[in-house]
Amino acid sequence: MAETTVRLPEARYEFGGDEFVFVELDREMSLQANFKAMAITGALRDRELEGVVDICPSNASYLVRLDPGKLHPTELVEELRRLEHSAGELDGTRVVSTRVVDVPVLFDDPWTRETLLRFRDNHQDPNVTDLEYAARINGFSAVEELIEAIGSAPFIVTMLGFVPGLPFCYQMVPRERQIEVPKYVRPRTDTPERAFGYGGAFAVVYPVRGAGGYQLFGIAPAPVFDGTQSLPDFHDRIAFPRPSDILRYRPIDRAEYDHVRSEVEAGTFRYRIREVEFSPTAFLEDPDSVNRDLLEELYR
Amino acid sequence: MNEVLVRSGGLYTTVQDAGRDGHYAIGMPPSGAMDRYSFTIANLLAGNPGPTAALEATYLGPELEFTDSRTVAVTGADCSVTVSGASAPMWMSLRVGPGDVLGFGPLKAGARPYVAISGGLDVPEYLNSRSTYKLTGIGGFGGRALAEGDRVPLGQAQDPPAEGTTVPEEFLPEFPDVVELRLVVGLCSYRLTENALDSFLDTTWKVTKDADRIGYRLRGGTIDFVEREQPFGAGSDPANVVDLGYPIGSVQIPGGNEPIILLNDAVTGGGYATVGTVVSADRDRVAQTGTGGYVRFNATDVDSAVQARQDRDAWLHKLRTVLTG
Repeated sequence: MAETTVRLPEARYEFGGDEFVFVELDREMSLQANFKAMAITGALRDRELEGVVDICPSNASYLVRLDPGKLHPTELVEELRRLEHSAGELDGTRVVSTRVVDVPVLFDDPWTRETLLRFRDNHQDPNVTDLEYAARINGFSAVEELIEAIGSAPFIVTMLGFVPGLPFCYQMVPRERQIEVPKYVRPRTDTPERAFGYGGAFAVVYPVRGAGGYQLFGIAPAPVFDGTQSLPDFHDRIAFPRPSDILRYRPIDRAEYDHVRSEVEAGTFRYRIREVEFSPTAFLEDPDSVNRDLLEELYR
Repeated sequence: MNEVLVRSGGLYTTVQDAGRDGHYAIGMPPSGAMDRYSFTIANLLAGNPGPTAALEATYLGPELEFTDSRTVAVTGADCSVTVSGASAPMWMSLRVGPGDVLGFGPLKAGARPYVAISGGLDVPEYLNSRSTYKLTGIGGFGGRALAEGDRVPLGQAQDPPAEGTTVPEEFLPEFPDVVELRLVVGLCSYRLTENALDSFLDTTWKVTKDADRIGYRLRGGTIDFVEREQPFGAGSDPANVVDLGYPIGSVQIPGGNEPIILLNDAVTGGGYATVGTVVSADRDRVAQTGTGGYVRFNATDVDSAVQARQDRDAWLHKLRTVLTG
């Protein structure tokens, strides 16, 4: 497959003022770049360096926030370069302990439809819905085919951020099967909470209501952020998704949406989660078979 | 009754402390006082140890009625201050008693006054900080700006400095017409043409009305991006990159004509090319620049950025010695 031939360039180390170091592993998105970001940031976390404040893996890069009173940014860069060589090479023995999670989504729902119609002037094609536009530019003959493609293979969380709890998710398929859409021409000033959106090659669930520029495809009945930590899945963390989580966005109907909403409101909802051992190299060699196993494990 | 009554919230007044560190990786910015220098001095004058929760106002300060004896101090933006109607100096330890009202007149310079009260604002901590983060409605007083009728709890006062303790002139901030900001150029600055970077640094930028704790949008010039075929996953606009993490203080230029400086409550990542980062010590100056003000960026390196922070901290340390003897 195409993915296995990706060769990453030399990492680029940049200072974000005195409090941040930004490391770009590649300018284009690939799972290789993300696996490398996860490996290096994981190794950095294990080092427990004094003065490191936040370690933020992102899609094809990572960002480290530091306290320059305790650690000079140039010293941190030296350490990161060492980690790039000791931990950044993908080897066949590396296995990631992660979770595979069922994330229900109601596509073409009334709430995101109302929003996207309100912001038609901000869109590339004001005459069709976001789903119709995305289906057309990605070569699908109908919206249903696009939805089926999204549901057919899981996504991996390649970055958290923008706002608290927002997962950037990259579908675990070869590049030629990736769905890619532009962001809105001008961002919207409003997006419903839990909207399922798509921008560039990334799917997201918006944790809170607010501005946004991704194409709106649907809405998730379950939250990804819970500041009050009332749902069981949020007792330890206010954000549900974690880096490297494998999320399966499962298309659902209105009846199931309403049912999940009532569970969320009653405080009883729990995501369907399975702990798995994931091998990046095995995946890159045969993604379809690994995905099949992951989904089988999830719904067993 | 250990609380202070809010008779008016002012324009936008929030509880802030040193910020909520350690959650950037889930997308939560630290929040916290934007002008760390003025915030720290306000606490020194109120006799609060360390970065105790204080009030950060915007343009127009609040009106506060005290219910017990406290030491208060107003620092930051240059504005007229009154205690129960009588003019009172800024940058000084003021003693107030039950029924006294702290009020604000018009702003003369700067943008954000700070009010520290002995004992600090005793709102509940959220993830180890009392800082307000409005987007998700957490921290501070109910996760929002103060409003008329709020009763904000106060902590137990420590041993405040003597009434009338004053910050010497040389420690007061300046509010120049054009604010110079040191910028470490980098991150995705490769996206700018050489001329564009020169022009970016040569331009005097005007702060638009979109200037708040999230970020400052500027206007004053147009910036060209290097032409390229956009990399996979980046999106189609020349200002787009594959979504990445944004440093606090970083500058991005969506559309090529409106640079944005991201600040304490900003989004932590996204898909716009960042071209440099304002050094942390100079975020104090950004905080004191308001809509209609002007800024310029001066390129500097990481060593100078670290030095600037150390210099500011050393200066504050010196002031602490002067004030506490």
